[in-house]
Amino acid sequence: MRRSFSSPLASLFVVVMTALWTIPTLGLLATSLRPKQDVADTGWWTVFTNPHLGLSNYHAVLFEGGFGVSGGMMPYLVNSLAISIPATVFPLVLASMAAYALAWVRFRGSDTLFFVIFALQVVPLQMALIPLLQLFSHGFHLGAVTVIPPLGTGNSYAPVWLAHTMFAMPLATFLLHNFVSQLPQDLMEAAVVDGASHFRIFRSIVLPLCAPALASFAIFQFLWVWNDLLLALTFAGGTPDVAPMTVRLAQLSGSFGGHWELLTAGAFLTMIVPLIVFFALQRYFVRGLLAGSVKG
Amino acid sequence: MVVTDAWGGHGGVVHGGVGLPAVELAGSWNDAMIKFGNTAGAIAGFLAVLLLVFFAAGRATGRFARPLAVLIFLGPALLLVLVGLVVPLVRTIVLSFHNDDSTRFVGAANYNWAFGNDSIHQVLLTTLLWLLIVPVAATGLGLALALLVDRMRGQAIYKSLIFMPMAISLVGASIIWKFVYDWRDTSQSQIGLLSQLAIWLGWRHPPNWILSQPLNTFLLMVVMVWVQTGFAMVVLSAAIKAIPDEITEAARLDGAKGLRLFWYVTVPMIRTTLVVVLTTVLLITLKAFDIVRTMTGGNFGTQVLANEMYSQSFTQFNVGRGSALAVLLFMAVLPLVAYNIVQLRKERATR
Repeated sequence: MRRSFSSPLASLFVVVMTALWTIPTLGLLATSLRPKQDVADTGWWTVFTNPHLGLSNYHAVLFEGGFGVSGGMMPYLVNSLAISIPATVFPLVLASMAAYALAWVRFRGSDTLFFVIFALQVVPLQMALIPLLQLFSHGFHLGAVTVIPPLGTGNSYAPVWLAHTMFAMPLATFLLHNFVSQLPQDLMEAAVVDGASHFRIFRSIVLPLCAPALASFAIFQFLWVWNDLLLALTFAGGTPDVAPMTVRLAQLSGSFGGHWELLTAGAFLTMIVPLIVFFALQRYFVRGLLAGSVKG
Repeated sequence: MVVTDAWGGHGGVVHGGVGLPAVELAGSWNDAMIKFGNTAGAIAGFLAVLLLVFFAAGRATGRFARPLAVLIFLGPALLLVLVGLVVPLVRTIVLSFHNDDSTRFVGAANYNWAFGNDSIHQVLLTTLLWLLIVPVAATGLGLALALLVDRMRGQAIYKSLIFMPMAISLVGASIIWKFVYDWRDTSQSQIGLLSQLAIWLGWRHPPNWILSQPLNTFLLMVVMVWVQTGFAMVVLSAAIKAIPDEITEAARLDGAKGLRLFWYVTVPMIRTTLVVVLTTVLLITLKAFDIVRTMTGGNFGTQVLANEMYSQSFTQFNVGRGSALAVLLFMAVLPLVAYNIVQLRKERATR
């Protein structure tokens, strides 16, 4: 039995680090379950000696709002879902199509295109925000002809969906291309010899065989969109009509009203969905991460 | 018609006034149903159009079959990338050489303003610190943990727990840490965990962390490191496991142990992965925007470039200055872009 770095001391270090990494989150959870007065008077670590716990903060933050807001977090929670699901489906479908074309359809310039898409992965979003916002609010006109109609911002989901789809494209195409290009060549050639069209091949061979990769990317993109603040802030405005929970939470965090017990409950609410997704589907998520970075 | 539906606007109303919870609940329930209906409609419409196109185009044969396939498979993605990234990128560069309402060409005036302004100097410096410190700290910690956890029992649990912060939003992470640091406001008599620890350790009056410059910037970086260390740990751990046993054994027989083994065997074997992890962490660190905005709003000397760009562009409507700052941010990651492309070319050449 060989041991590289394992010793009681090393194990202790890992355990201590894990505890350090977990305590802040547990502290937030504990605070969100304590009554208002307790939160104001004592630190959360006193719950062990004085356990007064309940879900009243969650009820307050979801349905009554606190902070002088009526309606609470509920509409924002709905918005988060309504933004995240389409913003995951659209790029997934379009990027898998693009990845297939770049990998298996021979045409001139496909290499150049691939490089351009690859290079665009690392462009900071800030480089595109101002022109995109202008485009969404004014549309695009050539003389008197309206090429792209104005979508408006802050009163529909469309701009947020579109922005997320656009920005996800390079990374999604690149990652899926890695998978699609590794499909067995003879299988593809056999399908062509049998007279299958590209559409047929894509539907019956590529999609089923790449399902794990698609699942990994879907999880990644869903978490990314659910947790995003910048694009939501720019394209969704701040109203309960469209804004997701992250925007609301950032607003609440800025208003010091001594309502810490509600702020913690709100924060934990935004985490519930991602945490469930993460712990339930961790294996796929990690597999997707590793496929992009570890050469086995 | 599906397409009008696909714009996802909805006719819900915002509920004002204080109703009974039940009434409120019913109202928000209706609202939710309308929103979900629109969302489902948009997805269904999108897939329906796609299926129609596939069905129609799949019947094409002969000379046009291949160009048509390329157009349909690549067209939407290219259009999105063009309209959403390429054109805006060029336009932002153009806007950065114009005045703030984009009516007059002003040359490098916006850049002169950025480089000649003390508060922007501070912002640039803070941003560079973020981009240097966070990737090194998170990758280093992740590597240490990956090495130490390598032969432990029950390592999946440790990895999972340290990786978990990656799943939550940076806004949520910021609020978690607000509590640790106790961003004190006057209505609160209780203190945060960090101050409490300081008191237990005998520091009688711990400082107000949020106001302690430049410490507060480093405290914000801790949040980002907390979020990303688990990612580095999980990926590097997989890379270490992928090192063939024969290699380690051979090195051992030659008498390599401990640090020497690590430096001359492990590090070279995982070099590629290390670079990928560093790069990814650096890119995610660009999202420091969320942390700075949630925790300090950029006050108390913690402002970074992304937040300054946002505030110039969307709060003060200085489009020229905002664009110039965006270009500067782009410049900061440009070496990374170049490096990545060179690497990819190498890889494809060896295939």
